[in-house]
Amino acid sequence: MVNSRRLHMLVCGGTGCQSQDSDKLVKALDLVLDKYGYKEEVEVVKTGCFGFCEKGPIIKVQPDDIFYVEVKPKDAKRIIEEHVIKGRRVEDLLYSEPAKHEKVEKQHDMNFYKKQMRIALRNCGLINPEDIEEYIAVDGYLALGTVLTTMTPVEVIELVKKSSLRGRGGGGFPTGYKWELTYRNKHDKKYIICNADEGDPGAFMDRSILEGDPHSVLEAMAIAGYAIGADKGFIYIRAEYPLAIHRLNVAIDQAREMGVLGKGLFDTDFNFDIELKYGAGAFVCGEETALINSVEGGRGEPNAKPPFPAESGLWNRPTCVNNVETFANIPPIILKGPEWFSSIGSEKSKGTKVFALAGKVNNVGLVEVPMGIKLRDIIYEIGGGIRGDHKLKAVQTGGPSGGCITAENLDIAIDYDSLTSIGSMMGSGGMIVMDEEDCMVNIAKFYLEFTEEESCGKCTPCRIGNKRLHEILTKITKGEGTEEDLERLVNLGQMIKESSLCGLGQTSPNPVLSTLNHFRDEYLEHIINKNCPAGVCKGLSNKS
Amino acid sequence: MLEPLILQEKNNQEEKLPNEKYQKLKKYIDDLPETEGTLIQVLHKAQEIFGYLPRDVQLYVARALGISGAKVYGVVSFYNYFNDKPRGEYLINVCTGTACFVKGCGHLLEAISEKLKISSGETTEDGKFTLNGVRCIGACGLAPVIVIDDQVYGRVKVEEIDKILSKY
Repeated sequence: MVNSRRLHMLVCGGTGCQSQDSDKLVKALDLVLDKYGYKEEVEVVKTGCFGFCEKGPIIKVQPDDIFYVEVKPKDAKRIIEEHVIKGRRVEDLLYSEPAKHEKVEKQHDMNFYKKQMRIALRNCGLINPEDIEEYIAVDGYLALGTVLTTMTPVEVIELVKKSSLRGRGGGGFPTGYKWELTYRNKHDKKYIICNADEGDPGAFMDRSILEGDPHSVLEAMAIAGYAIGADKGFIYIRAEYPLAIHRLNVAIDQAREMGVLGKGLFDTDFNFDIELKYGAGAFVCGEETALINSVEGGRGEPNAKPPFPAESGLWNRPTCVNNVETFANIPPIILKGPEWFSSIGSEKSKGTKVFALAGKVNNVGLVEVPMGIKLRDIIYEIGGGIRGDHKLKAVQTGGPSGGCITAENLDIAIDYDSLTSIGSMMGSGGMIVMDEEDCMVNIAKFYLEFTEEESCGKCTPCRIGNKRLHEILTKITKGEGTEEDLERLVNLGQMIKESSLCGLGQTSPNPVLSTLNHFRDEYLEHIINKNCPAGVCKGLSNKS
Repeated sequence: MLEPLILQEKNNQEEKLPNEKYQKLKKYIDDLPETEGTLIQVLHKAQEIFGYLPRDVQLYVARALGISGAKVYGVVSFYNYFNDKPRGEYLINVCTGTACFVKGCGHLLEAISEKLKISSGETTEDGKFTLNGVRCIGACGLAPVIVIDDQVYGRVKVEEIDKILSKY
């Protein structure tokens, strides 16, 4: 990126591509370049995730914007000989649109990328995440410098408020107000925490940001620290993300060396430093009070709110907890202004949202789209439609806390409020596409098994209630359910939602209630005819 | 009076753990600038050193940090990542995230379980494999996924299980 080579070959180094030998590919490319004497002209850069995990490993050649997919280490020689030396495309490695069967050369012509708008993921797949100079070359730490040298904390808070940015971790609480609340609570010591405990099974946007652009999160945390008056930040990250942990450690070291973390930043008297804290595998730790208990080294059980962390959080001091994706939006908002940001999106949800598109869709991957986009566009344009000519049955958003959306709601504009109004939720952005081979009772059972296991056990409705829900669902999938069981599911589900202590229990019955609402017939089919139309539940007949 | 049966049974099972490993853990704890709030961090280190967290190690950590054994056990039993039983030579993690679930990870788990004659969370008699179902590892593009130690196998079919396991 930084120097003037003729070509740059950007190779995806995200977890998905790395597990398909992208490291070996980088080595192979370097070897071949060296052999032909092109090392001075062409640079191979290992970047963060391109998002198009379906077709990994990916190489993008710049400035030509040529996008090669499913590249294996043995293809390195061909790419160098053809593309670099002879200036020809390697046709068979180009992407082919599933609907049209024609090759697409350039990234910005691909349907997968056309409707995307990358703010949080702006640098993923563009820069080498292990080199702070590359981040600085794309205006990195400019926002922090601007804030520290030209703005007061109140001005920063007002700017973020004006942008209407809402928390991307699931709750959707306005970020600027959260900062303001923490700012107002006077105390000699306050903390910033970055919630990187991405527990929703099927969502991996936070990991991709941390792996592909760790400095954007560090920079935003320092900005938040300045705004609320904190000089210490913690990143609470899952121990299951070794690559993200490694890249964060590299980034923190480089930032300290460069003087953008530590004491007296940008020649002001503002100090800020960041420490990593590792999670140990507990879904409930995504809830902010549980997370704080875990950062303190204890069991990650939630507390009743109030007091909110803004008042009394880590070590009983005012603490501001924001999610990774929320932080990644901050530097562009500072640099481009709140008006720019709030011009994107729908009326009450501004900006973009990253979704992890997975399941029975052609293009599995990470997509960032403006709020208010139609679900149909995400699934059929970006996602390339349903795999193998099957039919869309439902889309589950919000993971174990969310609900399903059926084909009749495909034209709904996706934002925080519209999803809630149809019985689902934004959540952290997991989006699982299901076809007619998926049994909705079984899906509900899957999520309940998850929440039953992940319930911390502190409050009774969640601990016992979810267990009972799971038992009833198991009965139904075995063909032993009764019609009264459906009423029991609804009543118990409502009770758990209303009486649980934290967000986990308050949302855990959603998958059951939502599938029951949209697919009651399928439940009845299991109960009355002992038949699973999708053919998933063992021991039942399979007639569609 | 109730006999402390469970305790005795556990004591009988206690194995002798090498002293140099304790020394390594001691050095790590001694080097911490402060011990307040470091329990999880110390347990991560202890599990890295010993491979698992048997009762003796938990009590050692409790004494070293000046907290109760109950508190340590409370944390160890709360988090999925910590285990108090020894692990096999190879750890097989079958991803059971939603994307892998809709692509049939259940069949993979069943097939491995049948082949190795262990269920999830258990270790084979010869101590070679431990089988686990894990929540999303974030490689949803490759679903269904199994991970053996650090090696990721994507888009795994039930028929391929034998071939994969035979590599170990």
